[in-house]
This record gives sequence, C-alpha cells and structure tokens, in this order.
Amino acid sequence: MGKIVLNSVRKSFGEVDVIPGVDLTIENGEFVVFVGPSGCGKSTLLRLIAGLEDTTSGAIVIDGSDATALPPAKRGLAMVFQSYALYPHMTVRKNIMFPLKMAGMDLAEATKRADAAASVLNLTNYMERKPGQLSGGQRQRVAIGRAIVREPAAFLFDEPLSNLDAALRVNMRQEITELHQSLKTTMIYVTHDQVEAMTMADKIVVLNAGRIEQVGSPMELYNHPKNTFVAGFIGSPKMNLIEGPEAAKHGATTIGIRPEHLEVVSEGGWSGVVGLSEHLGSDTFLKVTTDAVGTINVRAGGEVMLRHGDRVNLAPQANKIHRFGADGKALA
Amino acid sequence: MATQSSRATARLMVAPSVIVLFIWMIVPLALTLWFAFRIYRLLSPDRNGWAGFSNFLWYFNSPDFWLAISNTLVLVGGVLAITIVFGVLIALLIDQPVWGQGPLRILVISPFFVMPPVAASVWENLFMHPQNGLLAAGAIGLGMQPILFLEQYPMSSVIFIVSWEWLPFATLIFLTALQSLSSEQLEAAEMDGASALSRFRYIVMPHMTRAITVVVLIQTIFLLGIFGEIFTTTQGGPGSASTTLPYMIYKQAVIAKDIGRAAAGGIIAVILANIVAFFLMRSMGKHLDT
Repeated sequence: MGKIVLNSVRKSFGEVDVIPGVDLTIENGEFVVFVGPSGCGKSTLLRLIAGLEDTTSGAIVIDGSDATALPPAKRGLAMVFQSYALYPHMTVRKNIMFPLKMAGMDLAEATKRADAAASVLNLTNYMERKPGQLSGGQRQRVAIGRAIVREPAAFLFDEPLSNLDAALRVNMRQEITELHQSLKTTMIYVTHDQVEAMTMADKIVVLNAGRIEQVGSPMELYNHPKNTFVAGFIGSPKMNLIEGPEAAKHGATTIGIRPEHLEVVSEGGWSGVVGLSEHLGSDTFLKVTTDAVGTINVRAGGEVMLRHGDRVNLAPQANKIHRFGADGKALA
Repeated sequence: MATQSSRATARLMVAPSVIVLFIWMIVPLALTLWFAFRIYRLLSPDRNGWAGFSNFLWYFNSPDFWLAISNTLVLVGGVLAITIVFGVLIALLIDQPVWGQGPLRILVISPFFVMPPVAASVWENLFMHPQNGLLAAGAIGLGMQPILFLEQYPMSSVIFIVSWEWLPFATLIFLTALQSLSSEQLEAAEMDGASALSRFRYIVMPHMTRAITVVVLIQTIFLLGIFGEIFTTTQGGPGSASTTLPYMIYKQAVIAKDIGRAAAGGIIAVILANIVAFFLMRSMGKHLDT
C-alpha cells in the first residue's frame, strides 16, 4: 500500500513561505512526477514527504495514518538521492543490505533479499565492489537497489538522472519505468526535465513558486493546459504565447499555439523571416520573426529546407489554438 | 615530463635541493653515530678513546632506561587516546550550528598557539599548584585535601597538559573531516532507519578513519620528542617517575655532561621512533590510500 495524502501542507524557512499550502492525493501504485523550474519547491515538497524537513503546518497522511510528526525511518518510504548518497566505504552488497541491517533483519534473509534485488538490477557481478569502482549508471542502480530491498510503501526519487549523460539517462528512464511496472509500488519522482515527466508519469504535478499549477496525466497537460505557465512549461520546443491584436481576434488576452501545430503555407497566415533553422533529420526547428506576432518557434517536417533569411508564411491549425484570459487562466 | 631529455633535465634541476637535504640529514646522524661510540665527557680531560658499545650498554643496564622507554610510550599512547576521543567529540559538538560559531571555534583552537613551556607553567602554577592553584582552591572549598598532582601523579599530569595542547590540533583536523561528509549520506542513512548512534558508527566514523590516521601519525612524531612540558613541570621526577627518553638524554648531555652517552641515547631514540613508525605504517598506512 502506498496512498499519500497532503492536506494544506505548508513549509516556511523563517519569513519565507517556500510552500504556501499544497493539497494533493497520490493514489496507491501511481507514478507521480513533480515538475517545475528550479527553485519551485518540488524538492522541498519531496523532502517534506520523506520527513527530512519538518512540516510547518498541515498534515501528511500515509496509508490513512498521520505521518506528519514521524521520523523518516518510520514512514516506510525509500528515497533515491540526486548524488545517490552511497556509503563509499561499504561494498555494493553492504550498501544494499544496510537498511535491512538497521531494521535488525537476520543475515540469511537479508542476503536473500539483496541477491534478489541485485539480479533485478543486473548488479550480481558487482556485489563485492565499492561504489568508487562503479560507473554512474551502476551507482544509480545500487541506490535503487538499496531502496527496493526495504519493500517500502513508496519510492521517492530526487532528480535521480541529472548526473548521468544523455544516452544513459534515456536508458535509466526506461529502466525505472519498467521497475515501476513490475513492482507496482507508488513512486514520486522529482525532475526539472519535462521530457522525463511526460515519458514516465501516470500523473504530473506542475509546481511553480511552491504552488501546484495543474495536476493531470501527461496528455491532459499537453492538450488542455490550465494556464499560461503550464502551457509554456509542458511541451518541447515551448508553446508560442502570443498577445495583442492577433489574440484579440480569438477573443482572448493570450493565445498559445504549439510549434508542431503551425503549418508552412504558400500564402496567407503570418508572414516572417527565418532567423534560425535546425535540421534534425526527422524534424526541422525554425525560429521565425514575423511581422504580426513577433518571434515564434515552428516545428516543421524534416523535408522543409528553409534557411536563414528565407521568407515564409505560417498558419496555425485553427482547432489547436489555446486561449487564455487576462489572469493567465485558460478560457473554456 | 614525457621525453627522456625532459626527465633528465628535471632530475638535474631537482638535484641541488635533494643533495642539500641529504647532507642536512646525514651529517648530524653521522656525527651522532660517531660520538655514540666515543668516550667524550666534557668534565674529563681524556676524550679521545673509543668506547665500543659501553655507551649503549650503560642505558641497557640503567634501571631508569626501561622506565623511560615505558614512560615515553605511555605519554604518546595516553595523549593519542585522549586527543582522538575528545577531539572527535568536540568536533561533533562545534560542527553543530550555534550562535557565535566563529569565535567559539577560535577559542577551541587557541591552546595550540600557546608555547609548550608557557602552557606547562600556566597549568603548573595556576591550576595544579597545591597552594595557589585553582584545583587546590576547589578541593579546599569542598573540604578536601588538595591533590599534589605533580608529586603524586606526575605522568598523568604531564599527559593531561600535553593533551590540552594537542587537542585543538586533533579537533581541527576532525572538524574539517566532518564538514566534508556529504549531508545526503547522513540523510540516506536516516531514511534507511539508522539511529543517531548507528549513523555515527557506520557512516561518520568510517569517514573519519583517514583523518584519525593523519592525526595519529603526525602527533606520534611530535609526542615522541616531548621535552619542554616535563622540563618546566616535573623535571623528570619525582625520582625518575616522569623521565622519558628525550629527558634522559638531556640529563646525560647537559647535567652529566657526557656527550658520548647522550649521543648513544639519541641513536636509541632514533631506533625506537623507527620501530614505532614501522608498526604505525603497517597498521594504519592502508587508510591513507584512496
């Protein structure tokens, strides 16, 4: 079981309200990703759930019982840190068995569990090595191994992939997703990378300045962003947010159009000059300075062979335009 | 230093300092060895003969010698034990965030800046003195007899004074080691269910082994030669109760004015230091590798 409920959880450091009050329900077995720009309080929120920070007010309820005042060890959660936080003087085996040793489990059972975790994570051949002799991905796996042997109610991941190189990051992302599918345990995952959020999450929580901007499935957030912040944060390249007379034409203060929903047309639409074009083969990313709506990003097909200085006409797909009011909220 | 010629140049460039250092080291050692086998008494007109091993044998036959060796080892061991145990504890204490942390740390470090004879004088006259000392005043205030520290417990008193001087050094090294421990490791251990004591035992102490090794090695070098504190306080007494090997050599050289015997004592001290260093490096050297 691993249902976690936050009831108006607030955290302040002195005068500063880092988290002014968060309500959130995380269902058992869900993969929840906290995403937001750096300094938005997502790590603090995770540390509050872990018990590494004291909650200023509000309640954290884990599996129906109030855990707000419980020390971290008593909450039945396991955490994987950004720096992995492996114990450098212990072998991989001892690292993985450390939580079991602390729980006073007998050695035979602990060894069995550690071996089982090692085989799941392909660490069997490295059990007698020290963390210093492992690569980044292997260290990451040891940290996960140390978390899974405890059979926790939920896993907490604090930006676990940010120290890995791009290729390995994609690999580990898939491994963590597969791990979640086989364990079916609740996982809370903090990242600033919206690609990780989109690919891994059952449910994304978008945070900004300690407040939850929107909660929803990845596609919900992509298709129906509640406000301009979510609209600009989810999706890559970023959604174009356009203000002024063009927005007024659609009866909104701001309209949003995703780069992939703009089409290169022969005439009509917005006319502009290509400033930058990046050819990725499969796609072409264009930065176009238009006369009507300023600089906008366009994602065109790989066959589009426009270069710097070329003139181009762009038309938004009419049914893909997002409309936002003066307060930044989406209009129905 | 890739090519052969650059390596040769490097050796040539380093050679002068290596040669100077070698002479600096070998000349005093050779002279001491030479005197150790000579009859060389400043109070006797005859100072030209060979003494054979008689200078060395004098030590081995002297009842004070084995006491001096054991006193030296007790002093080193005692001071190491006190400075390491209390050094770790004080370092843990002043690593906590408290108001006035900067001045507090300077206060903790300051005994190290006091010269050994001054520190010994302060302790002898202001604290341990049976009439004027603060400790005596305290004992009288409680209706007890003042303790005659330097007469009744000379070695313990010297060990205490030397520990007071070296505790800051150990504390400083341990404090820097503590500060280099990543907080995420401690948090991970906390999540893993380790109590404060277990975190100390399994995370903090293993992290500190290298710092402890450094403190043991450096302090041993200096503590083997402790002289000023004994000279200022007990003068090696009462009797020979607090005579260490360096103090015994001093007595031969300056009081008995027997240079030959003092030199022989010096050679014995060098051998003792090497034996101690050998065992230290064998038991602790591996902690210095990464």
